[in-house]
Amino acid sequence: MAASFINNKHLLWRAGFGPGIEQVDDLKNKNIKTILKEVFKEESFSPIVYETPDIEPIEYTDPKATAEQKREIQRVNQKQNNELNLNFLQKMTASKEQLREKMAFFWHGHFATRINNPKFNQQLLNIMREKSLGNFKDLLFEVSRSPAMLSFLNNQQNKKDHPNENFAREVMELFTMGRGNYTEKDIREAARAFTGWGYDKEGNFNERKKLHDTGTKTFLGKTGNFTGDDILNIILEQKSTAEFITTKIYTFFVNENPDSNRIENLSQSFYQSGYDIKKLMNEIFSSSWFYDKKNIGNRIKSPTELLVGMMRILPMNIQNPENITVYQKLLGQMLLYPPNVAGWPNGKSWIDSSTLMLRLQIPQIWSGLRPMEYSAKEDDDMEMGMKSREALNKSFKNPNIIIDWTKVDQALAQKKAEDYLIVNSESLDMNIVNQFSDKSLKMNVINLMSTPEYQLM
Amino acid sequence: MLIKRREFLKISSLATASLFVPNFLQSMTLDNALNPNQKILIVLQFTGGNDGLNTIIPTKNDIYFKERNNIAINDSLALNDETGINPALPYFKELFDSGELSLMNNVGYPNPDKSHFRSMDIWHSASKSDEFLETGWLGRFLDEECYKCEHPTQALEVDDMLSLALKGENNKAFAFKDPKKLYQTSQEKYFKSLYNNEHHHDDETVSYLYKTLGSTINNADYIFEKSKAKKSTQEYPNSKLGKDFKTVASLIKSDINTQVYYLSIGSFDTHVNQNERQQKLFGEINDAVKSFVADMKANGLFNDILLMTFSEFGRRVAQNASKGTDHGTANQMFFISGGLKKKGILNALPDLQNLNEGDLIYTEDFRKIYATILKNWLNADSSKVLGWKNGIYDFI
Repeated sequence: MAASFINNKHLLWRAGFGPGIEQVDDLKNKNIKTILKEVFKEESFSPIVYETPDIEPIEYTDPKATAEQKREIQRVNQKQNNELNLNFLQKMTASKEQLREKMAFFWHGHFATRINNPKFNQQLLNIMREKSLGNFKDLLFEVSRSPAMLSFLNNQQNKKDHPNENFAREVMELFTMGRGNYTEKDIREAARAFTGWGYDKEGNFNERKKLHDTGTKTFLGKTGNFTGDDILNIILEQKSTAEFITTKIYTFFVNENPDSNRIENLSQSFYQSGYDIKKLMNEIFSSSWFYDKKNIGNRIKSPTELLVGMMRILPMNIQNPENITVYQKLLGQMLLYPPNVAGWPNGKSWIDSSTLMLRLQIPQIWSGLRPMEYSAKEDDDMEMGMKSREALNKSFKNPNIIIDWTKVDQALAQKKAEDYLIVNSESLDMNIVNQFSDKSLKMNVINLMSTPEYQLM
Repeated sequence: MLIKRREFLKISSLATASLFVPNFLQSMTLDNALNPNQKILIVLQFTGGNDGLNTIIPTKNDIYFKERNNIAINDSLALNDETGINPALPYFKELFDSGELSLMNNVGYPNPDKSHFRSMDIWHSASKSDEFLETGWLGRFLDEECYKCEHPTQALEVDDMLSLALKGENNKAFAFKDPKKLYQTSQEKYFKSLYNNEHHHDDETVSYLYKTLGSTINNADYIFEKSKAKKSTQEYPNSKLGKDFKTVASLIKSDINTQVYYLSIGSFDTHVNQNERQQKLFGEINDAVKSFVADMKANGLFNDILLMTFSEFGRRVAQNASKGTDHGTANQMFFISGGLKKKGILNALPDLQNLNEGDLIYTEDFRKIYATILKNWLNADSSKVLGWKNGIYDFI
């Protein structure tokens, strides 16, 4: 394999969700500059929306809501959230703007929220998609003012004389500077500055003046009559913020083992650019070290990257896409439902006996060669006690996937499929794969996807 | 831990040569079997937030009956003058009377979280409320017990998915619903051939994936062999939990090296028409536990097993408008064993007079319970696994 082939493949996996079936020839024929240009090419932004109509805005927690109403609210919420989840997955699969969606996926795990309100989820998801390659400052401000984040981190309850520190703490620990760069007192003072930040029933940001603590605060060495905006601005003045974000981006896009010299350089220019995300990503993907052997094919695909990667290379018609979420649950990454505000843990934590065996079987299951025999644990935050046990037990239905094998055949005929499907197949014994594939390209593709090597990118 | 001589020889002869043998031979290493008097822990998780106040009922407490006029339990089975147990748990009452059950009231943690998932994570990882750990308490126990060992089957979960509780830094437990199904999948020729013919390479991640694949293949085989070693004559109910307990019992009776079994049942998220749902779940639990204990007793194993129950939170003291209850805080835990040092009710019932915005204020930290079990039952270094330094209980 030519170096350019490997580099193209590497870039398409890291800056997106792997090559699409229509890009198979590009891998060989295009040079990295062309692919890089395509990766960064922007189209007009189209938001993700759910189509299931909203119902009368009765709050689930409204004491006047009857059991019947609650059940209905829960049902509609879940349906709408599922739509958002699958539409996001669809964007990752089909959008030409691969880097936009990949970055949005990164921010989705970075600014992690887990709430039931679909309207709030939709709004936050689109902020992260629209601004994914914009300016980190804008992104931070918009996310911090979004009802999804404010409700998830209890800032609606953050009031003068009764501060709730949850948002103030996490914004520093997880979203910007990271631990060790502020004190407990800084958290308390910041929480005072965020008092009054909330939202109305429609989901509009609302600075509730009467609830805001107007007193003097001392935060990270500065003293003043700070508002929430002031706090975010001071946080952005800290070099540790650029370092923290750059490190996280490096470990997600380049290598799980951080290289402190490279990160130092990247973070300095990120800071000097005033937090230009696109510039940072361009610097990474244009560098020669990004294509060093040690950075290629060593990352375990997250469940989303695995599933979307398969959907991109195997043209398929998913007749019941709502059932795809079962795979997300079983593999441990349900979009919109990160485990906590720290987002999903990465790397080896995706892999245990159960998840690995399922990963190895999915290509066969989706091709109709094997039944799906696993069921996910129930999620009480989503079901909210509304689903009967019997219904839960029966809830898995097949997504009914039909793969267009003719198209796969056309794209991969006369080619070594392993070069196109797997980033690094050195450790794989191709004799075994071929032996089990019985000269069928379809079986060859399925078998290649059912390997440990296919789990890597 | 005792190692049988025959197996010791196998291990040691292979260990010295292990650098030179291919994967498939290394995998034949047999693990050390359990010491005959080894203690075994079974964790039974009540998923969804079981209502503790309708499980152990404060029968003389006016506040309880006032706050729950539609759902209060009036026909509880008396444990003592002021305490009753839900009538759907008659066997638990029997165990209580025979000194084989103890219960700790009002267990929780500071700054409780009311999200199911988050609170469950806190219980699984034994973290503080504002701390996010990626490993579980039993996973870290596994790391200690199975340092460089070949069969990390010291902990097993009966489910298709592995819970956070059983994920360690270096070792992860196995999850399976049915040992036979696990075996069949893992023995598929293609996967076995891939594993046996992996090309040499230096990449750590590739090694990790192949190691996990190999370990699954070998241990699925090991678990399946053990699961069918001793046929059970005990009748079990035909419920999901009944089957799960039967699977666990068959493994306990074999000489598998497993010390921890993890089971769950739910959902206890009773926002609506609580009593009907809770009664159904308790019925299933009651019958399955009854068969399991009988099986253990018949095999002389009841003194060496400890069954512990927990839920991610309890529920609010006052009922809601739908004959249900909403998410709350502290809750009780049951301990069932023939080897209890302290029996019955271990501490005071929750104080219904002093509440925090309608919720119970916990008095016992769940990490102290974990520390007790790790140290006194599993003979493990509880401070290493939990970082807990605030003492332990003496009920086991």
